[in-house]
Amino acid sequence: MTERTIAVDYLARVEGEGALKVRTKDGHVEDVELKIFEPPRFFEAFLRGRAYAEAPDITARICGICPVAYQMSSCHAMERALGMSVGGPIRELRRLLYCGEWIESHVLHIYLLHAPDFLGYPDAIQMAKDYPEAVEHALALKKVGNSLMTLLGGREIHPINVRVGGFYRAPTGNELKEFRPQLDAAMKFAEETVRFAADLDFPDIEEDYEFVSLRHPAEYPLNEGDLVSSRGVHVPQDHWEDVFEERQVPHSNALQSVRKGGGSYLVGPLARYALNQDRLTPRAAELARSVGLGPVVRNPYKSIIVRAVEVVYAIEEALRIIDHYTRPERPYVGPPAVARAEMGAAVTEAPRGILYHRYNLAAGGLIEEAKIVAPTSQNQKRIEDDLRHLVERSLALDDATLTDACERAIRNHDPCISCATHFLNLELVRE
Amino acid sequence: MSAAAKPKLGVFKFASCDGCQLSILDCEDELLAVANSVDIADFREASRAVLDGPYDLSLVEGSVTTEHDAKRIKEIRAQSKALVTIGACATSGGIQALRNFGDVEEYRRVVYAKPEYISTLATSTAIADHVKVDFELRGCPISKAQLLEAVGAFLQGRAPNLPNESVCIECKRRGNVCVLVAHGTPCLGPVTQAGCGAICPAFNRGCYGCFGPQATPNTVSLITELKTLGMDPGTVQRFFRTFNSNAPAFKAASEAAVAEAKA
Repeated sequence: MTERTIAVDYLARVEGEGALKVRTKDGHVEDVELKIFEPPRFFEAFLRGRAYAEAPDITARICGICPVAYQMSSCHAMERALGMSVGGPIRELRRLLYCGEWIESHVLHIYLLHAPDFLGYPDAIQMAKDYPEAVEHALALKKVGNSLMTLLGGREIHPINVRVGGFYRAPTGNELKEFRPQLDAAMKFAEETVRFAADLDFPDIEEDYEFVSLRHPAEYPLNEGDLVSSRGVHVPQDHWEDVFEERQVPHSNALQSVRKGGGSYLVGPLARYALNQDRLTPRAAELARSVGLGPVVRNPYKSIIVRAVEVVYAIEEALRIIDHYTRPERPYVGPPAVARAEMGAAVTEAPRGILYHRYNLAAGGLIEEAKIVAPTSQNQKRIEDDLRHLVERSLALDDATLTDACERAIRNHDPCISCATHFLNLELVRE
Repeated sequence: MSAAAKPKLGVFKFASCDGCQLSILDCEDELLAVANSVDIADFREASRAVLDGPYDLSLVEGSVTTEHDAKRIKEIRAQSKALVTIGACATSGGIQALRNFGDVEEYRRVVYAKPEYISTLATSTAIADHVKVDFELRGCPISKAQLLEAVGAFLQGRAPNLPNESVCIECKRRGNVCVLVAHGTPCLGPVTQAGCGAICPAFNRGCYGCFGPQATPNTVSLITELKTLGMDPGTVQRFFRTFNSNAPAFKAASEAAVAEAKA
């Protein structure tokens, strides 16, 4: 009987702290456990008793990599609770801010976290010695995303300008117009990035994912749309809890989400692309076609190409918003007084997938109950399934090579562990 | 400079959002220059390559919230010539220190169906509560300019040249209109340490104190002013209880805000 254990004690180039344990017996995978040991921080507990208006700034601190996602989901959830409608230029400014976060987060993952796996480097700094131009362009592109967030939000990490109902200060038309040349320059690097990603070597693997994302009648989804899946889910976005549920497993500080009565599902760029590829802007769609991406991408390694396509999208969308912008008379819609208990829920598309927030408010506006489901909690079970398949087809590999392969398979999904603990050491037990 | 002569840099994470270490990767214009002047010995968010200590400079993000982390910070200190804490979590306990005012057992039951799986301490505490810290960088998140100054200073063997005045001074320099005086907007700027560049008042909102208390904060006077603006005691308490709620001056102010109401 051959027993084998593979352990990665600390996953590198992921955001947060996690580990992986895989146990095999007689050539079969017995257990795959993605452990998230990022210490719990109890956001849902200490949000109780806080004013609804405090939620965007507090929940931003769940994740330094995608704070705008937390600000957006919390604002939309509160606005649903309060029966508010936010449209016009304020709605457009929210999409513009989100475009900044998509550019920054995706470029960080493509070049600094993911590409070193394909090219055989421990990190982007080492990679920069052989690919100086790629890394320099990457940093320039990432900086444009960050600069856009700083322009709209005051700073790139934990922006200060977002409030329920809109913004504290809306930029002037000239401030946005002056930013346009940076986006034009970024577009060239973003197009290069799609070709750079498509030229990498990919393992010939396809997974049978249930993709889940938002879908909007006219837009590639950021803030709005219905909750849909590749297997027939189509519900209003505040019905997340009707379709999915969270489970707790002993090996992880993160809760795992599954389809009710069912299994794992995948959120993030592969899901958004599969379900919304017809909503891409013309240049992003054309670039996807030109590098041979079909309408659905099931190879998780190719998520790097889809992220690059989404960066092109985000730049095109940002340019469109800037070109049509008129400064609103007031930067926010004034929230009404909270006369009675209210409940509101919303989903927005964080760079790594859908982020669900639900709040129950007491009369007067203090939060009574909060529920937050991060994209990585939703992908965690699906990542374990990817790993199980990988290990099953790779048992001939030695432990060190297999461990590297497992880490790569995890990074395909850009897990953000700080978000999910609410990640990674790898332990492979071969029995 | 030969490779062997480069100082070794470690970046370590405790309970946090990862935002302050991301600030290092966000120094897009300086990242490759910094990376060429040090050996990055341990920076898991950015690299798989790990070199053993000792480290010439360790940057520590996050707060101590588990028994395991309380031991780990002592091991990192023992391996570090200089240790600099980065951000509100590491310097005061962070947003997760709100548990210090609650009941962590109850928190565990609220968030987790099987609380017995979760191991945690009752408090979230600053790194300096556990080991000697050579310098603290404030902020939620830290300022990139302050980070580069602090790393540069330690590599050159000098003290960092960073202000400990209040946000008010930065507002004046930036030419902001005082949102507290002119608009009656509640603002923690008078009691908060400078470093952010007075961003919030520049965006027509009051400072929310993410750099923590400045050296000599007159919180008593500010509490009176906030109440004059119409804030009720509970709202004033919450105003001091966000990202630096466990910093002694803000902790005391949050308690005073409601104590005066009872008196």
